[in-house]
Formats: sequence, C-alpha cells, structure tokens
Amino acid sequence: MNQPLFRTLIYSLLAVGVVLTLTPLVWMVFASFMPTGQASVFPPRFLSGAVTMEQYGALFSRIELGRYFLNSLIVSVSVTLISLLLNSMAGYAFAKLSFPGREGLFRVLLTGLVIPAQVSMLPLFLLLKHMGLVNTYWGVIIPGMASIFGIFLIRQYALTIPNSLLDAARIDGAGEFRIYWSIVLPLCRPILVTLAIFTFMGTWNDFMWPLIILTDGSMYTLPVALANLLGEHVQDTELMMAGAVVTVMPVMLLFLFLQKYYIEGITVGGVKE
Amino acid sequence: MNARETRSQTTPHTRTFRKTQRAAYAFLSPSMSAILIFFVGPVVAALGLSFTDFDIYALGNPEYLRFVGLENYLRLVENPRFWKALGNTLYFVVVGGPLSLAVSLGAALLINSRLLRLRGLFRSVFFLPVVTTLVAVAVVWRYLYHPSDGLLNIALGWIGIAPIDWLGDPDWAMPAIILMAVWKNFGYNMIILVAGLQSIPETLYEAARIDGAGRWQQFVHVTLPMLAPTFLFVAIITMIGYFQLFAEPYVMTQGGPSDATLSIVLFMYEEGFRWWNIGYAAAISFILFLIILVVTILQLRFSNRSRT
Repeated sequence: MNQPLFRTLIYSLLAVGVVLTLTPLVWMVFASFMPTGQASVFPPRFLSGAVTMEQYGALFSRIELGRYFLNSLIVSVSVTLISLLLNSMAGYAFAKLSFPGREGLFRVLLTGLVIPAQVSMLPLFLLLKHMGLVNTYWGVIIPGMASIFGIFLIRQYALTIPNSLLDAARIDGAGEFRIYWSIVLPLCRPILVTLAIFTFMGTWNDFMWPLIILTDGSMYTLPVALANLLGEHVQDTELMMAGAVVTVMPVMLLFLFLQKYYIEGITVGGVKE
Repeated sequence: MNARETRSQTTPHTRTFRKTQRAAYAFLSPSMSAILIFFVGPVVAALGLSFTDFDIYALGNPEYLRFVGLENYLRLVENPRFWKALGNTLYFVVVGGPLSLAVSLGAALLINSRLLRLRGLFRSVFFLPVVTTLVAVAVVWRYLYHPSDGLLNIALGWIGIAPIDWLGDPDWAMPAIILMAVWKNFGYNMIILVAGLQSIPETLYEAARIDGAGRWQQFVHVTLPMLAPTFLFVAIITMIGYFQLFAEPYVMTQGGPSDATLSIVLFMYEEGFRWWNIGYAAAISFILFLIILVVTILQLRFSNRSRT
C-alpha cells in the first residue's frame, strides 16, 4: 500500500474511533442542558432549541447535589493527602534506608497486589462497625490511607536519588525526617503529583466501598448518590445527565490539565518490570 | 560484619547504619500498620469467616457464631445462582477481556504510526473515558441503550438494523455491558501499549527493512515479539480487573434480566451486604480470589513456556 493511501486509512480509522469515543460524553453534556423530555424526542437532536440550566438548578436546590459534591471532595482530598504522606515515607524507606529484611518485605507487599480488594470488604466492614466508623468520612478514608501501588510507584522513583546527596546531608547533621522532608520530597515532586492525581481520581470515582460503608443519604459521595438517584428519577433523562456531568466534570478537567503527569504515571507503573 | 563486631566497635559508620535503620522502621510503621490492620488482617479474617455461619444474628450478638467447616463452600457449589454468576463473570472476562485488548492494541498501533500528526490529541481523546466516573457513564449508557429512544438503536436503525432491547433481553444484556466496559477501558491499556511500542529500538526496524521486510513482516517479526512482555502485563491486569465486575451491572441492570448479568462480586455484595449472610459471602469472595490467582499463575506459566 502506498504512503498517502495508508495515511488516509489511519486517519479514517482514528476519526471513527474519535466519534465512537466522544459521542456518549457529548450527548451527556448536551442532554443535560435540555428541558425535561427533550432528550428523547425523535429524531434525536444534539441541540434542542432551548438551552436551559433548569436541570442543574433542580439538582442543587431540590436534590442537594452540593452536599454530595462536598462529601466527595472531603473524602477525596483527605485520602489524597494522607496516602501521599504515608506512601512517600514508606517508598523512600524501601528505596534508600537499609534494614534487615527490606527486599523480602517489599516482595511480600507486592504479592498483595493480586488480592482483590473485595476479599477484605466484609471483615473490614465489621471492624469499622466495631470502631463506630460506619457512615462516617473516616470509614471511607481509612482503607485508602496507604496503598501498595503508591508505595511501589514512589520507591521506583526514589531509587534514582543519588545516595551521595543523602549522605552529605547526614554529614551536615540533618536528621532523617529533615532529610525526607526537605530533600527527598522536593526531588520526588513529579511522582508525587502523579500519585496525587491517581489517588484523587480513584477515590472520587470509587463506588463499591462508599456504597457499603455509607448508609445514610446525607453522607453519600457523588457516585453513590447518583446510583441512588437513578432509582427515583429514571424517567428524568435530562436531570440524570446533569448529575452525571457534575460527577464526571471535576476528574475530567483535572485530567485535561494535568494529563502529562497522569499518563507518565501509568507508563512508569506499567512498562517497568 | 557479624553481630559481635557490631556490638563491640561502634564506629561512626555502624552508628549511622543503626540510625537509618531506626528511621526506616519509623517511616514504614504508619503505612505498614494501616495495610496490616485494614487490608491483610481483613483478608485473613475473610478466610476465617468463610468457615463460619456469620449472619444477621451473629451481627447483633457474636455468641450466635458457629464454626461450620466447609459448609458455605458446599452450599455454594449446590447453588445454581453461584454457577450463573461464575458463568456470567467468565463470559465477561473471556469475551470482554480479549475484545478490550484487541481494541487497545489497534488504537495503540494507529497512534504510534509514524505518519500521524496530532498524536497527543488522539491519545487524550481515547483516554478520556478512562478517567470518567464509572457510575456516571454507566448511567449515561443506560440511556444510550434505551430500546426506543436510545441513541444506539437509532444509529443502528440508519443502517437498517432492527431495534435491540439491549438491557432487557437476557441474550443482549451481557454484550451490552461488555461494549460499555470496552469503551470505558481501552484507553488505559492503549497508553501502556504505546509506551511499549515506543521502547522498541528503531534499529530493529531498520535491520528488518534492510533484509527486505515489508510493513506487515516488520509488524509480525519485530513489533509483536518485542511487545509481548508489555502485552502480557496488560492482559493480566485487564483480566484481574474484569473478574471484579460490579458497578456496571449494579447501575445498568441490577444483575438482570433473570440474572443474565449477575457477576461474582455483585452476588457477593447481595449475599453479604443486603442479606447479611457474611460467612457465605466471605466464601464467595475467597473463591473469586482463588480463581484470579490461578488464572494469573497460568498466564505467567504459559508465557514463560512460549518464550523458551
């Protein structure tokens, strides 16, 4: 096949892919700005005559979506900050502080990656119930406080810090925490940003655990609230689409602005052996 | 350096060594305790629970808890819903997994093409569904799949295909969920595969061209073998993820129609958190774990053999 023809073929396939990928998202956004009932008229229209904010108005006044948004935000920010601190401390220790059994412990930790989280959920629920943390923010935050994947990611990155730098600081009399805080953390900034985005998005999008641990409507995170809303408002296509937009938009914007870090993180975790 | 020496002569070097060792334990203890208490402990406890009849009565008063040995597992084997859930999950993994991998590979090859401009733009677009909230897009797709008003059936109507009751027909519900899952996930593997493709040294292609290899031969003899390790990694994480199918059926079909989309995890959720048959549900979760473990090991074995 000659070059121009091959190029045309590639672009056509990609164009089809782009249309298929974006259509659901574009339809979601357009439908969310339509008056009730307009999204299901035939033939389908992407732009109805009237653009309205009434669905968003209803969501925030009648359904108190703001409350769920706030819950999601509190939980996601907390998990991100706590796990970033705990994972970076552990990742640094695994990379740069020698102690007996280090490699063995790290290997054991990595095997934990094959255990699906669902296996821990029933006893974890009983444990947190015993601690009085069912239906609290802490109940959602606690399982996310440390992650094996996060520790792995930071360790891989921290391995590249030259030992001479750390030794020089030790000779200058800097304490170990000081070294971690003022030398290691700044050097690990790129991977920390990556991990922060990962964690924030993962917590924001998480569904099963919040569904289990949050039993009262006022504590729901956005995905749980949205799934619940579907039960009552399944006929209100436009309203549900507005709810989906509110849920998806923060993570989508975060990705669009910080995608460089996000995509690097995936390939660091993926291609290295 | 043996123990006695360390004790007798505390040189500055051994002192720093001990200091860093203490620091290491201090740095590790918060995350290790969290993982131990809130992950490893519960996993071990789940195994223990699966040998008990922990139910709603035991939830109120632990004295009602009885050790029942393998009874939960035996009851599961006799429960047709368990086999249905297992079959559905395998359907999702065996059909959805390879389909998703194929789409990811196709997209990665297109994106990696030397002839392409605006590579970053295409990559971002294909990646967009990955970052979206699963529950939210499952809600969106529920409407796209609507038998009469849904965009999908309307589009199929343009090319003369009669409307399909995607989520209402037991034969179509699982394919519908697979289609949505592939749409949502393929971008993730695509990114990893693109990175794998870019790490293949250009010199290999040059050598192949000098030997007179065409585009297709270069693909078969250079690209595919060099990409194999990355592809294996991607295949394993995809499979592990697909075994954990939950939110899509929960939101789109509630496991229906007539259990056609009931997955193992959904079955576990219902038994454990809706009916509070916690011992029974723990047994389900452990079977899921074992299946994932065995399939992962088989995939690794298989790939080791094919490499040698």
